[in-house]
Amino acid sequence: MSTAQALQATGLADIEGASDLPALDAVRVKLLGKKGLVTEALKTLGTLSESLRREAGLALNVTRDTLNAAIALRREALAEAAMTSALNASAVDITLPGRGQRAGGLHPVTLALERMVGIFRRAGFEVATGPEIENDFYNFEALNIPRHHPARAMHDTFYFPDGLLLRTHTSPVQIRTMLERAPPLRIIVPGRVYRCDYDQTHSPMFHQIEGLFIDERATMSDLKGLLHEFLRLFFAQDDLQIRFRPSYFPFTEPSAEVDIKLPSAHGFSDWLEVLGCGMVHPNVLTNVGIDPHRFQGFAFGLGVERMAMLRFGVHDLRLFYDNDLKFLRQFA
Amino acid sequence: MKFTTHWLGEWLALGIDPAALAEKLTMAGLEVESVARVAAPVTALVARIEAVAAHPAADQLAVCRVRISAEQVVAVVCGAPNARVGLCCPYVGPGSRLPDGRDINETEIRGVKSAGMLCSALELGLGEAGAGLLELPDDAPLGAALQSYLHLDDWVLELTLTPNRGDCLSLLGVAREVSVLLDQPLLNPEVPLQTAGHAAEKTIALAAPAACSRYAGRIIRGVSIAAPTPLWMAERLRRCGLRAINAVVDVTHYVMLELGQPLHAFDLAKIRGNITVRCARPAEPITLLDGSLVVLDDLALVIADDTQALALAGVMGGLDSSVSDATVDIFLESAYFEPIQLARTARHFKLQTDAAHRFERGVDPSGQARAIERATALLLAICGGVAGPTSDQSDARHPTGRGTIVFRPARILGLLGLTVEPERVRAIFERLGLSVTHGPETWQVQVPPWRCDLSLEVDLLEEVARIVGYDQLPSTLPSATLQLSLPAPSEHYAQARMALVERGYFEGITFSFIAAAPAAAFSPLSEPVRLTNPIAQDMAVMRPSLLPGLLLSLRANLNRRHDDVRLFEIGMRFLRPAGELLQDLALAGVAWGRALPEQWGAASRAVDFFDLKEEVFAVLHALGHSALAVAPCVHPALHPGQCASLLAGDTVVGIMGRVHPHFSRLLDLDVTPLVFEINLAALPSAARSGFKPVSKFPALRRDLAIVVAAEVPAAAVLEVVRDAGQPFLRDLALFDVYQGQGIDLGKKSLALGLLFQAPSSTLVDAEIEQSLAKIVAELTRQLHAALRN
Repeated sequence: MSTAQALQATGLADIEGASDLPALDAVRVKLLGKKGLVTEALKTLGTLSESLRREAGLALNVTRDTLNAAIALRREALAEAAMTSALNASAVDITLPGRGQRAGGLHPVTLALERMVGIFRRAGFEVATGPEIENDFYNFEALNIPRHHPARAMHDTFYFPDGLLLRTHTSPVQIRTMLERAPPLRIIVPGRVYRCDYDQTHSPMFHQIEGLFIDERATMSDLKGLLHEFLRLFFAQDDLQIRFRPSYFPFTEPSAEVDIKLPSAHGFSDWLEVLGCGMVHPNVLTNVGIDPHRFQGFAFGLGVERMAMLRFGVHDLRLFYDNDLKFLRQFA
Repeated sequence: MKFTTHWLGEWLALGIDPAALAEKLTMAGLEVESVARVAAPVTALVARIEAVAAHPAADQLAVCRVRISAEQVVAVVCGAPNARVGLCCPYVGPGSRLPDGRDINETEIRGVKSAGMLCSALELGLGEAGAGLLELPDDAPLGAALQSYLHLDDWVLELTLTPNRGDCLSLLGVAREVSVLLDQPLLNPEVPLQTAGHAAEKTIALAAPAACSRYAGRIIRGVSIAAPTPLWMAERLRRCGLRAINAVVDVTHYVMLELGQPLHAFDLAKIRGNITVRCARPAEPITLLDGSLVVLDDLALVIADDTQALALAGVMGGLDSSVSDATVDIFLESAYFEPIQLARTARHFKLQTDAAHRFERGVDPSGQARAIERATALLLAICGGVAGPTSDQSDARHPTGRGTIVFRPARILGLLGLTVEPERVRAIFERLGLSVTHGPETWQVQVPPWRCDLSLEVDLLEEVARIVGYDQLPSTLPSATLQLSLPAPSEHYAQARMALVERGYFEGITFSFIAAAPAAAFSPLSEPVRLTNPIAQDMAVMRPSLLPGLLLSLRANLNRRHDDVRLFEIGMRFLRPAGELLQDLALAGVAWGRALPEQWGAASRAVDFFDLKEEVFAVLHALGHSALAVAPCVHPALHPGQCASLLAGDTVVGIMGRVHPHFSRLLDLDVTPLVFEINLAALPSAARSGFKPVSKFPALRRDLAIVVAAEVPAAAVLEVVRDAGQPFLRDLALFDVYQGQGIDLGKKSLALGLLFQAPSSTLVDAEIEQSLAKIVAELTRQLHAALRN
C-alpha cells in the first residue's frame, strides 16, 4: 500500500469517527492542516526522483481531494443531525390551547339582519334608515291609518307627552324616502320598532326590515316571485314551502301575509307567518305626492327576531334581549 | 268571531269538512285561528225522571226511577239538587265513557244499585254550568241520542278578522263569504214583519245625524223576563263564546251574532219621555251596565230620554235603564252609528264591547229593520208580549249604498300580473254581491251596503285575487333599471362591529327605554325623554346613553358567573339638551375582567384604561378615523381621573373611561368597569389622507430616555419630539414609562424609540445627532425634561 493509500484509509476512518463538528475539525487539521499528515507528505515529494514524484504527487492529490470531499459530506451530516436534535428538543405539545385574545361575536338579530340586507343589497336595493321617535303623520296618517281607525288597534303605540310616538313599524321610512326622492325606488329599511306589549311572545322593542319597490310596472306577481326567492335564499332551502294568504294592511291593497313551512328538523311543524306585504295603496302614493296613475309598486315587512328564531331554532324571544354570554357565544 | 258549522249550515249547504272549510277561509283572507269540536263524542240519551225517592243510607243522595225509552225504566242513584220528577235530562248507561275519561258501570252506591248516571253540562263537556243536571226541554224526545239532539257533532271555528272585514262579524256575513268560496247559493231566510199589537211608540230625534243617521226602535209590552232562554239558543250563544244572561238580552246577542247588527233593550219604565240621539254634554255622567261611572265629553254620543243619558250609543247601555228582573215592557233599539266617532269613544273610554267592535268596523247601514224584526219575532216567541210599531228615523245623509267603482279589467294583469277571463271576474263580483255594468274598457261596479271596505279599484282587484286565490298568482321577478349607489353610512358600521368582535366583544341588544334614575344620573343636563305609557317603571325613559343598559347586562352576566365580560351595542340614544329632541346613533361598549381570557403561559392582568383605548381606536380606525385626539374630561358617571373625551377637531365624538363607583352603586353593580360610547352621528365623514412617497433609503433607530415631571402628559412629550424631529423623524414609539427607584419623587422617566429616515438620501450620523440634539433641547426648554443619566 502506498503512503497515499494508507493516508486515505486512515483519514477516511478518522472522518467517519468524528462524532461532532469540533472533532471533525480536529481531524481536518490533523490530515489537511498546514502541518497535517497529507500536507507533510506533499512536502516530501521534492526528495523523490522525477518519475516517482509525478506518480506519488498524483496519488496524494487524489487522497487530499477525497478527504476534503469526505469532510464536507461528514460536516453536512453532522450539521443536519445537530439541527434534528435541536428541533426535537424544541417540540411543543400542540394540543395545548392557543394564546391571545379570543374573538367575540355578533348578535343573532344582527346576523339575520345582515343576511337579509345582503340579499336585497345585491339585488340593487339601497339601505335607508329613519328616526325611532316619530310623529303621527309618518307613522300613521301618511300610511293611510287615520286617527280612530280600527287598524290603529293593531299597533299598541308608545306615546310621549308632546304627541310624538315610538314608531310601531319601519314603514315611516317609506314615507320619508318617497317624500325625498322620486321613483323608481328600491329601498330596504332595517331598524328597531316598538309596541306596547310585553309577554312571552311579544317584546316592547323588536326589529323589522322593510322593503319598498316603486316603478311604473311592478306587479303583485313580481312581489310574490321576489319574496319566494328571498325566503329560499335566507333559509337556504330550495324546496321551502311558501304560501301567500290574503290579509289587510291599511297601506297596501291588495295585501298578503306569507307563511312558510320549514323542514321538520327546525322543530317547527306548522305554517309559520313570516311577513306581511302588498301593493302600495294609492292613497299612500297620493299622500307623498307620487301619481298613483303612473307609478305602482309593492312593500313588505318582516320581523327580524322571528326570522332569527326560525333560522337558528331559538324558541324563546326573550333570550335575544338577555345578552347572556352563554347564549351569545353560540352564534360566534 | 266564533261561529259553528251547524249554525252556518242553516245558511247554505256546506258539504265540506270543518278543516277544509277553515283552510278555504284562511286562504281567502279570513284567518281561522282554531277549529274545535263543541264536545267530545258521548253516548248519552234523553231520559226523564219518573220518581225520586230518598236514599236509605245517604241524606245527600236520591234514588231516581229514570225512563230511558218507551219500554225501559232504570234506577239511578243521583246527588244533583235539581233531580225532580218530570225533569228531562241526559242519561249515560253502563259501558259508556264520559268525556273526562270516567267509565260508567252498573254499580252499587251505599247498598243501592245504580244503572248508569244522570249528567250535568260539565260532565258532558258542555261548559262550566256546574250545579245540577243539564235540564233538557220537556218536549225532548225520550231515548233520543243526545249527540244528535243537541247537535254535538258541531264544530266551532274562530276567525281572527282583519279590521276591514266587519261584514264577517256575523253568521250572515260568514255565510255570504262561504257561499262565494264554495259557489253555493245563500239561503237567506226572509224575516217576516211583526205586526203591531198596540200603537204606543217613542218619538226619535236624531240630534247628531253625522254620528247616528238611522235609529229604529219599538216598544214591546208584557214581556216575561223570567222565561228561560231556549236550550238551542243558549247552546249557540255558548258555543260562540257568549254567556246566557236573560232571555231578552240573549235574543239581542243572538241576533247580533246572526245578522251582525248590535241591538239594545231598555226597560221602558225607566225612559222618561222620548228618545234623542245626541252628543253628550261636557262632563255628563253615566253609570254603565258594568257598574262603572263614566264622565263623558261632548264627542261621545248618547241615547237620551228627556232628562238624561240612557246609554253610551253603540258601546254600552246604562245601568239605570237596563233590563232587570222587574222589567215588564221594553224598548228595543236597532241603530246605525258612524264608525270613526264610535271608535274614538270606545277607545277614549277604554270600552271594548262586542257592539262597539262591530259598529267601529262598519255595520250594514241597511240592516237595522231586518234585525229589529228578527229580534221581535224571537222575543215574542220566547218571552211573549205584544210589539208596537217600529219608529224608524233616518237622516238624509244616511248611507244607503256604498257607491260605484270604476273598474278596468286590464288592471288585473297590470297590477296583479294575473290573467283572469272577464267572464270569471264578473261571476266573482256577482257572487260577492257586486253588480256590474259593462263598458268597453271600464266597468261600473256597484258595491253592496255591507261591504264598507270596498271603495277603490284596488279594493276590487284584491277581491279578484282573493277569490281566484293568491296561489294562482304567477311568481315572477321584477325587472328594473340599474341604479348605482355607494354604501349607506350604516353599512360601514359592520366594520366597526367586526373590529370589536375581533377584540373579544359580544354584541348585545338592550331596550331603548330605561329607568329614570340612571338616565338622570348619566345625563343630568338633558331633560328626560319620558314615555306617556311605559310598560314598567324601569322602562319609563328613553335612554340618553346605551351604557346604563349595557352595564345592567354586565351585571346579569357577572351574576351568572361570567368573570370576563366584553359587550357592545349599536343603537339610538335620545337626548333633549335644550328642549330640542336629539336621536342619534351611538356605539357603546363595556369591559370588565381579565385583559386576556384566562390562559396558560401569560400572566393574568385586569383590563385597564389603555386596553380600552386601543379597542376604541381600533373601532374609530375601522370607521375611517385614525387621527382622533383624547382630552381629559369630567363626566358625572365616570371616574374623575380615568375619563377621556374623544375629539375630532373641536367636536366631542365620544367618551371613554372607568365607571364612577357612585354610578355603579346606582345600578347595583359591584364593580367599576371600563366603558366607551361613540356618537356615530357626530363623527365627521372620514377624510382620506394624501399619499406620501415611500423612502427607499435606510432608516436608523435611536432610543432616548428622558425624565420629566410626573404630571406632564405623555402626549405633550410626544408632540414636542415630533415637532422638533422634523424633517427626518419618521416614527416614534413610547416603549416604557417608569417611576420609582432611581427617579426622583414627582418625576417619571419615559423611553422613546425614534426612527429617522430621509426621503431621498441616506442619512449620515451627523444629521441624526443634530436632530436628536434639537429634540432634547426643545424637551428641556418646553417641558423641563432632562436626559436620564
